[in-house]
Amino acid sequence: MSLNRKFIPIVVTIVLFLVMFAAGSFRYTGFFSLQVLMNLLIDNAFLLITAVGMSFVILSGGIDLSVGSIIALSTMVSASLVQQQGWPPAVVIPLVLLMGALFGTIMGAIIHYFTIQPFIVTLAGMFLARGLCYVISIDTITIDNSFYTAIAQTRIPLPGGSFLSISAVIALVAVAVAIFTAHYTRFGRNVYALGGNEQSALLMGLPVARTKVLVYTLSGLCSALAGVVFTFYMLSGYGLHAVGFELDTIAAVVIGGTLLTGGVGYVLGTFFGVLIQGVIQTIISFEGTLSSWWTKIVIGLLLFIFILLQRVLSSRRLTLKE
Amino acid sequence: MSQLVKHHLFWPLCVLAVLLLFNLCYSPDFFSITVHDGHLYGSLIDILNFGAPLILVAIGMTLVVATKGIDLSVGSIVAISGAIACLSISKASDQNALGLILTSVLLAAGLSLMLGVWNGLLVSGAGIQPIIATLILMVAGRGIAQLVTGGQIITVTSSKYAYIGSGSFAALPFSIFVVALILVIAVLLTRKTALGLFIESVGCNPAASSMSGIRARWVILSVYVFCGLCAGIAGLLLSSNVSSADGNNAGLWYELDAILAVVIGGTSLNGGRFYLTGTVIGALIIQTLTTTIYMIGVPPEITLVVKACVVLAVCLIQSDTFRAAMAARWKSRHYPAEKEVTRHVS
Repeated sequence: MSLNRKFIPIVVTIVLFLVMFAAGSFRYTGFFSLQVLMNLLIDNAFLLITAVGMSFVILSGGIDLSVGSIIALSTMVSASLVQQQGWPPAVVIPLVLLMGALFGTIMGAIIHYFTIQPFIVTLAGMFLARGLCYVISIDTITIDNSFYTAIAQTRIPLPGGSFLSISAVIALVAVAVAIFTAHYTRFGRNVYALGGNEQSALLMGLPVARTKVLVYTLSGLCSALAGVVFTFYMLSGYGLHAVGFELDTIAAVVIGGTLLTGGVGYVLGTFFGVLIQGVIQTIISFEGTLSSWWTKIVIGLLLFIFILLQRVLSSRRLTLKE
Repeated sequence: MSQLVKHHLFWPLCVLAVLLLFNLCYSPDFFSITVHDGHLYGSLIDILNFGAPLILVAIGMTLVVATKGIDLSVGSIVAISGAIACLSISKASDQNALGLILTSVLLAAGLSLMLGVWNGLLVSGAGIQPIIATLILMVAGRGIAQLVTGGQIITVTSSKYAYIGSGSFAALPFSIFVVALILVIAVLLTRKTALGLFIESVGCNPAASSMSGIRARWVILSVYVFCGLCAGIAGLLLSSNVSSADGNNAGLWYELDAILAVVIGGTSLNGGRFYLTGTVIGALIIQTLTTTIYMIGVPPEITLVVKACVVLAVCLIQSDTFRAAMAARWKSRHYPAEKEVTRHVS
């Protein structure tokens, strides 16, 4: 049985991850352990959650540049409400999630009802959210609320002496929910149809408007959730948190094999796309002499290779059809 | 009169005029220009001087947008170009040698040209969407700039290099002349030759232009190369103005400001037509806005919020659907019976 062509990108991604992990294990002692693998999840929990939301946006044929700013805004709002106003976290966290979702809804509505490119609307959203952070405060607000510190320090023990953080568990749950939503619900199929061809989706009678707005709502919600997780990770709110994060997120989705024109891809691929970025960072930190900017260069290079791969695969598919 | 209102420069100029007028009311000495040692000083000169890099980047961006593309990597090219120039100057023993400055400048310009070629090849050769193709250099480029500077801020002590960004020529900042030169070249090439028509035609429909004998790929490649070069020169201006190169922060958010300037100037993001003078005014509006916000004592952090609202407003006005919706509202409000009448007639 030959491999279905549509699985090639995701298989390439998973193989790449395994090869990189194996290479790291051969080169560095102590690399090959369950804990290193778990650390990938712990350190990239917020990237994972954001990338899941972004996957839906890209699958629907759009793009969301505001995710990094919404993360920063979420950390900032949480920090200022919890720390400066003394609100209980049980109120603040749902409020922040609601805010993120609402932000996404508004952007989605503008994109759909006024037919402006998603790129430019989310760009404005990016400016706006980042600016609102600075309106709250231009300094870092450190959080020492007992709830936040407790969550940040909790270690969920796993067999073999390794552990996971609560954030990582949230991220894994988010991925599981997203996989279910994308492949087993009506909404998920609508997203794929929308990304495949909006005109056809409309003619088929699919709720294009609702789906499109919901996709951006979902992305906003995921970014806000990622912001909450980021607050657990950094224990602070700061307007410069997660600068340039939208690009990491898009890179994760693309490396995960999702076609940027929409309609083709898997949430699971995004999961591995995030893990690949994590492995690059881990290898660089194990290497010790290499500096963090190599991460950016390598991720850029990977992005390039994967986009070229997509190009080649999609053009081959086109010629096959003809 | 209606022709005047319909002119593409009318609204941008109005906004600029309102901004300047506001400044005049707020601080009466806004327009005062004083002369010190044969140099002109004043807020207006500052706006021109500090706005010069943005205008340059925006000019390059205009042509890219005209072909229905976008270049997100300009901020990174700005950082790389400044970093390379400062690195090659800082390594020399005599930092004031004219030959050294010239080679450094040429090196930086050449490199940014190459980066433009890279972008152009990805878009026209490999056929990747412009947002994504230039995203690669946006991510990796900042890494490259940090690699060049070693993550540090490279400072140079060269009065000759500093002249590019902060020197004056004929009592005006030298940077203005650099911008004027590029602008004139761009305007002459696009409006006095067929090149502008080719660019607009490729922006409308690349396939149709190819069939009518225009080498669409070469046109696309060349606009990205030009955009890269403009960003590179902007990087030189920026780094020479502060005599240092910062791989992390130089040119941060520049792509967004440049796109904003292009859109304010009346060039549609859907490609097909472009207004270079509109872009220049758009860039001036952004710079004036920033200066105004600094001057009236509002925390400069608000700038981003204001810019976001401006982007959104400009895009909404450009959107046909939005205008139609507004027009319909306006009509129904004034002639409430009109709908009923048409219903009966039909």
